[in-house]
Amino acid sequence: MNDSHYCPHTPEEIQEMLSAIGVASVEELFSPIPSELRAKTFNLPPGLSEFETFDKMKSIASDNGGGMSAFVGGGFYDHIIPAAVDHLSGRAEFYTAYTPYQPECSQGTLQALFEYQTAICRLTGMGVSNASLYDGGTACAEAAMMALRITGRNKIIVDGCVNPFSRQVLKTYLYNLDVEVIEIAPLDGLLNREELAGMLDESVAAVLVQNPNFFGCVDDFTALAQQVHALDALLIASVYPISLGLLATPGEMGVDITVGDGQSLGNPLSFGGPSFGFIAAKKAHIRNMPGRIIGETVDKQGRRGFVLTLQAREQHIKRHKATSNICSNQGLCALRGLIFLSAIGRQGLVDMARMNRDKAEYAKAQLVSIPGVTALQSAATFNEFTIFLPKPADGVVAELLRKDIIAGVPLGQYYQGSENCLVVTVTEKRSRKEIDLLVKELEVAVCN
Amino acid sequence: MQLIYEQSVNGRRGVKLPVSDVPSAAELPENLLRRESAALPEVSELDLVRHFTNLSRRNYSLDTNFYPLGSCTMKYNAKVLENAAALFAPFHPMTALLPGGVEFCQGSLGMLYDLGQMLADITGMDEVTTQPLAGAHGEMTGILLIAAYHAARGNKAKKKYVVVPDSSHGTNPASASIAGYEIITVPTASYGDMDIELFKKAMNDEVAAVMMTCPNTLGLFNPHIKEISDIAHSHDALMYYDGANLNAIMGKVKPGDVGFDVIHVNLHKTFGTPHGGGGPGAGPVGVKKELIPFLPQPRIVMNDDGQFLLEDQKAASIGRTANFFGNFSVMAKAYAYIIMLGRDGLIRVSEQAVLNANYIKERLKAYYDLPYDMTCMHECVFSASKQLEHGVHAIDVAKFLIDKGYHPPTVYFPLIVKEAIMIEPTETESKATLDAFIDVMIEAAMTAETNPQLLHDAPVTTPVGRLDETKAAREQNVCCIG
Repeated sequence: MNDSHYCPHTPEEIQEMLSAIGVASVEELFSPIPSELRAKTFNLPPGLSEFETFDKMKSIASDNGGGMSAFVGGGFYDHIIPAAVDHLSGRAEFYTAYTPYQPECSQGTLQALFEYQTAICRLTGMGVSNASLYDGGTACAEAAMMALRITGRNKIIVDGCVNPFSRQVLKTYLYNLDVEVIEIAPLDGLLNREELAGMLDESVAAVLVQNPNFFGCVDDFTALAQQVHALDALLIASVYPISLGLLATPGEMGVDITVGDGQSLGNPLSFGGPSFGFIAAKKAHIRNMPGRIIGETVDKQGRRGFVLTLQAREQHIKRHKATSNICSNQGLCALRGLIFLSAIGRQGLVDMARMNRDKAEYAKAQLVSIPGVTALQSAATFNEFTIFLPKPADGVVAELLRKDIIAGVPLGQYYQGSENCLVVTVTEKRSRKEIDLLVKELEVAVCN
Repeated sequence: MQLIYEQSVNGRRGVKLPVSDVPSAAELPENLLRRESAALPEVSELDLVRHFTNLSRRNYSLDTNFYPLGSCTMKYNAKVLENAAALFAPFHPMTALLPGGVEFCQGSLGMLYDLGQMLADITGMDEVTTQPLAGAHGEMTGILLIAAYHAARGNKAKKKYVVVPDSSHGTNPASASIAGYEIITVPTASYGDMDIELFKKAMNDEVAAVMMTCPNTLGLFNPHIKEISDIAHSHDALMYYDGANLNAIMGKVKPGDVGFDVIHVNLHKTFGTPHGGGGPGAGPVGVKKELIPFLPQPRIVMNDDGQFLLEDQKAASIGRTANFFGNFSVMAKAYAYIIMLGRDGLIRVSEQAVLNANYIKERLKAYYDLPYDMTCMHECVFSASKQLEHGVHAIDVAKFLIDKGYHPPTVYFPLIVKEAIMIEPTETESKATLDAFIDVMIEAAMTAETNPQLLHDAPVTTPVGRLDETKAAREQNVCCIG
């Protein structure tokens, strides 16, 4: 009786195969494993049917709080995903393929990733993009390591306004290396340029900033890029791709390496993943890029085709001398990003970015009309902004959660002395009605 | 085929956005605005759908072709796993990190916790973190855990090396190197595994870890594995298990029982989640109890009331290896896979994966050189050295297979086998599929003798023939200039 899922052999077929091999039983094939090393216990529960499995998964998902109105970001954003993204990325020819090692039978994946690289370059104003990294935080870490390689220096300066999780990931990556990571505490929600100036010298490999930053503030790093370049150091910027519908690009500012999390481009929240990290750089740095890069070429008949290129940077060729250890990346999520950007289109992204800002500005104006609530005024904002509450934000957020509103990220646990600060995110998906309800409930919570 | 950018028409719109229900905001200062909008495609939704549908048809994939790519475990990806993962699409990960937020994430956190417990049972480990985002990311995480372990014992400066066999995946030395270690490579002996005598000579008290794949990339189970572990431990070096080949041994042997201290598993290999054209995968890391204090934060724990909480304040922790909780939806698929197959199902998976690999090995060994002729586990490695006598390389055999509708096996890996052809059929393929593949492999071997030019010219059935990789590397056209 064949009672196991997805193992198709009948007992007769198994017998035929054993005879062909010349053994009496399947168990005999495991004889290379010394008997004293064999597993003594294996305690998993018995299997389930497909129907029961899905039912159990539904029951688990229903243990989460559903139907929440999300005014929260922190690196992941609740944006529209056109239906075509699911349907096209769900083509089995894409999602059940693997890394395109054999280009002749992988042109679908290869051309799509070439188009993805193009989209990232055009979005960020950079010269070269790879075919994806894991997420926004690991992309920051890879960019820092790339800067260490390019400059041969061993100091990274990180703006404290960069997403705290990404900063932690970067520190973990560099944990066991002989590298100094210096963080600069924010000043009014912005990079403390004076403190940075005091630290910038020719030992610095790179400065890492974020735009818009964790407080939601939008900055112009053009002058900073010049300052950093004067010391032959590099400027790395982490950006939020949807904001690039409106905001000046890293390329325009003179940034050397641009990174970010691609979740907002057509990838669902999914409790944190998968998304994808993107990394793009000035073209001169292409040989120091981590991960896969797709290049255009031709076959013998002159037909255009695409291949994995500059593979001599990668671990399967260079082993311990590779530019990164990355092998599997987030290809399917990058494909979703490409389909998203192609579906939304050139003007669509501008309109979408504008709508994010309009809704956030509306919400900000309403929130600061609550007595005792003010907004951080130091800089312009995109779709996130920081407000000061007359009481600790932790309690307010916890109270609103019970009313199915995720009111934002309280800053207290990330920045000392910011217990009353709350970062509120408003995407195009939040209706005026939802915003008005947030304002109403927040007013109740702060006045209690 | 045209690029999507070449189909773009100025002013054409795809997806319609909602109409804004709030007033327009005042414009941002000019220096903060981009000068020109990004030159993204401007196509109709139908153009978009045709473009990507037609692109997809230029791929071989598991759902369309047998895909015996060695070391990659290209098993069938059950459709219900996709449905199960989609249930979690709306949940924002920040919710769990907010004050009072875990209450609203009990389903997601509980699933991750349970998955960790099940993986711990399968691998013989004490605790599992689900944060690492891929196999290589798991390796780096694991080596950092080992670094933290040595540092906590005051041995940070002393421990300088990581030992790997020459048959290892390239990610092993790359991950250890990125984590700050120098690499010692030990050659393979004639019995197909790391040479035990050379290993003993390579070992010293400055070695931090030994990274092994078991069964190794030749598909062979290392009979000396316990001895190797004991020697490593005698030098206070920890044993790292690369779980890429776990599909061979579920329920048969647990890495934790044979001396491994740290392990990663590739959910996209062993646990049936799709490979996505290169990712996403997921690489949870399991550890023995001595290493629990160093695990990435936040760590998911269960309290006495059965509630799942996040613990984020362990000073000894290596920190964070990903922004949130790992590739969650990949984890949901793997979880569904494990509960669906259950204990006996997973044992059957390993048994039939090993049966299928040995069947192919025995049926093909008269036609292809088998450098290590012994019982294999889930994969077997041939050499095209016989074919090379006729000027035919492994790559030519691979391209011939493409013309016959098969995705080729892994070729030229492991590096220690000349003209390597590494075949991993997995358990989900039927005997009929295996027989048809074997026939085509035999045909390739025959054709190598009678008409080698046919193999050199392959593939001819694909949208493009063999591509000029030198030109690609020289010209570096890696994005379309608009």
